[in-house]
Amino acid sequence: MHPTPPAKPLRAYGDREGDGMVQMSFVLQLTPGVRAREAAKRFSESHGLREPIVATMELCAEGYTYFVVYGHSKHSVDVSQIDVPEVRTEALTREEIEHRISTRLGRKIIVVGACTGSDAHTVGIDAILNYKGYAGDKGLESYKGFEAYNLGAQVENDQLLARARALDADAILVSQVITQRNCHKENGQALIEMAKKEGVRDDFVMLFGGPRVDHKLALELGFDAGFGPGTKPADVAGYLVEKLCGLEPPLPPASKPTAK
Amino acid sequence: MGTMATVPMDVRTVAACRAIAAEIADDVQRYIDAHTSVGVERTILRAFGVDGVDDQGAPLVNVAVDRYQKAGLLDRGISYWLARALAAGMKDPQEAAERLAYGHEVDRGEGGLSPDQARALLAPHAALAMQRIDTAREAREALRARVKAGPTPHKYVIVATGNIYDDAVQARAAAHAGADIVAVIRATAQSLLDYVPHGATTEGYGGTFATQENFKIIRRATDQASEEYGRYIQQTNYSSGLCMAEIAWMAAVERLDMLLNDAMYGILFRDINMCRTFVDQYVSRRFIARAGIVINTGEDNYLTTADAVEKAHTVLTSQFINEAFALRAGLKEQQMGLGHAYEIDPWLEDSFLMEMAQAQLIRQIFPKHPIKWMPPTKHKTGDIFFAQVHDAMFSLVGITTNQSIELLGMFSEAIQNPLLMDRYLSLKKTRYVYTAAKHLGEEIQWKPDGRVAARATQVLREAHEQLVDVQRTTIWEAIGNGAFADVKRTRTGGKGYAGVVARAKDYVNPILGLLEKT
Repeated sequence: MHPTPPAKPLRAYGDREGDGMVQMSFVLQLTPGVRAREAAKRFSESHGLREPIVATMELCAEGYTYFVVYGHSKHSVDVSQIDVPEVRTEALTREEIEHRISTRLGRKIIVVGACTGSDAHTVGIDAILNYKGYAGDKGLESYKGFEAYNLGAQVENDQLLARARALDADAILVSQVITQRNCHKENGQALIEMAKKEGVRDDFVMLFGGPRVDHKLALELGFDAGFGPGTKPADVAGYLVEKLCGLEPPLPPASKPTAK
Repeated sequence: MGTMATVPMDVRTVAACRAIAAEIADDVQRYIDAHTSVGVERTILRAFGVDGVDDQGAPLVNVAVDRYQKAGLLDRGISYWLARALAAGMKDPQEAAERLAYGHEVDRGEGGLSPDQARALLAPHAALAMQRIDTAREAREALRARVKAGPTPHKYVIVATGNIYDDAVQARAAAHAGADIVAVIRATAQSLLDYVPHGATTEGYGGTFATQENFKIIRRATDQASEEYGRYIQQTNYSSGLCMAEIAWMAAVERLDMLLNDAMYGILFRDINMCRTFVDQYVSRRFIARAGIVINTGEDNYLTTADAVEKAHTVLTSQFINEAFALRAGLKEQQMGLGHAYEIDPWLEDSFLMEMAQAQLIRQIFPKHPIKWMPPTKHKTGDIFFAQVHDAMFSLVGITTNQSIELLGMFSEAIQNPLLMDRYLSLKKTRYVYTAAKHLGEEIQWKPDGRVAARATQVLREAHEQLVDVQRTTIWEAIGNGAFADVKRTRTGGKGYAGVVARAKDYVNPILGLLEKT
């Protein structure tokens, strides 16, 4: 609705501007009752909700109550102060991607991907690499300009690196779905460190993906880019083409210096 | 239960599918009967009562079996070597196994003890092994006779905290909220471990390690919940991966009710070698059959990688094959929880009708089987409010077509392991749908020339065509060509192939012998 970030701090929008209406649901280790209702109210107030309404209070397990609360959040957010790196790629069509690879690179882009460590959830890496793709967008395997190797689940970092070196790959894709105790970050970081130690970090474009991944996190861990939920194969393909065919992706508007 | 609305089902095509699946399984069974594996032999040692780990955490059964495999002697069966150690004066199988593992030298089999003498010597120990399984089965049946299970579809939820003691708390909470079946999700990497960890565990990524002690702890919790809520709560774990047979035995003696157990899942989704998987699944199912455990097969997973509309028939194909393998391992139809799933893109026109068609078709083709109905996962996005609706539609198909086991959808799928609240809301939603639409299936009829009927006919026809194809190329080749889940595997590729051993002519395995007579 706003073509440019609004100058004023934003509050949550319920049914009119500035009302700050939000909904939250949570469990407290209490049995339902007057005390529990009051506890839920205070709990909500301490989260910044004014005039909280406890809409639902139900026993959900012995000694545990589930609440739904509505209230006016007093918090606001100043969008002009936000500086988030985003992966921005020109939306390239399949034909444009193929064309750029063949004319500017003149060879196939070799991509190696895996779910690393103990992660056995290949949904993400499969969606990006395998022919089938995701949401109607076919995977890198389906492009003439890409040679995609999907090493699958539970690949150790050293195996992944060794394979990438053996294939003389252009890019390494790491997918991490399991995020318990932040093991996705540890695995990702360990791979980067290993690549640095072996002196091959700059030989590859290294991409990080998963449901709890964003570009910012990926950069922090030392990757070139991060791809979160909803990423389509064409997004990754477009990024790689721009990166490898010598054209840097345009600076996203949000990362341009802003007046402070 | 009154008469359900049916879809057209050509009985001759179904019979033809079963006949082809039988031939496919027979071909593999000839291979199975000529081989054993390190996993199988370890299971046999466990069944003889061998237990314990060394100071490095290596189970005694692994050390013993690995030693005889390295020496090239496993082709005669670990039972033979165990018998020789007993004949040499060891007082029981535990002591005999310790001698196999740590004894001064590997027994090369010089002098004495024919295979028949070995079998005779082991007979009382093998009988004890059977008795242990039978006692657990009888205890389960007695409890289930006293505390009855709830009505079907049984509501199946998962717990996955990584800590078995937290799992026990969550399992009781789930039972309180109305769950009938509680599964403890296994730690992610466990399927690829070639040993079973020992003791109670409190750390695990993505789930909790399956160990015999953990089975005991969670069984105790669900038994208490059964008594308290007056409804039998079933306990489930995973007999899959490189230790599928060992887990099956542990589940048998620790009185689990169900096991995820599939003839091909490990090959496709965990890249476990197919020879190894076929051999191991057979022996695991022999124990499962004796123990009266219900298996849950994993065909539903195919639709998480392959397209759920185009490849729907591959699920049915695999169900016929899984059934054929299970029959060859002595399972009754009532023990075969064949799996399928609600994984069609929800935004596709008439996706709900297609789901209904397949669920009803499978119900009719496998009438005695406790069919396992899996919720949407692939098209969950993190929009929890939409996900509740999506899951409700799934439950509506479940109750209308009378699925037996319904794994509840979680609205937080694709975000996190389910929270206490997520599970509660899912159970509440399911209870609503099951109550509100309880007799829907009896009240409606599908138009014989309608969309649902046409879809069911198409899926059965395509499954038949695929079975013909698989048989022509053999299942070994079919898997190599990506027939299931779009995943391709080779006969000697994958993990665990080195653990497969051709049986010698004088192979000794009296426990398997007794299981095969069951």
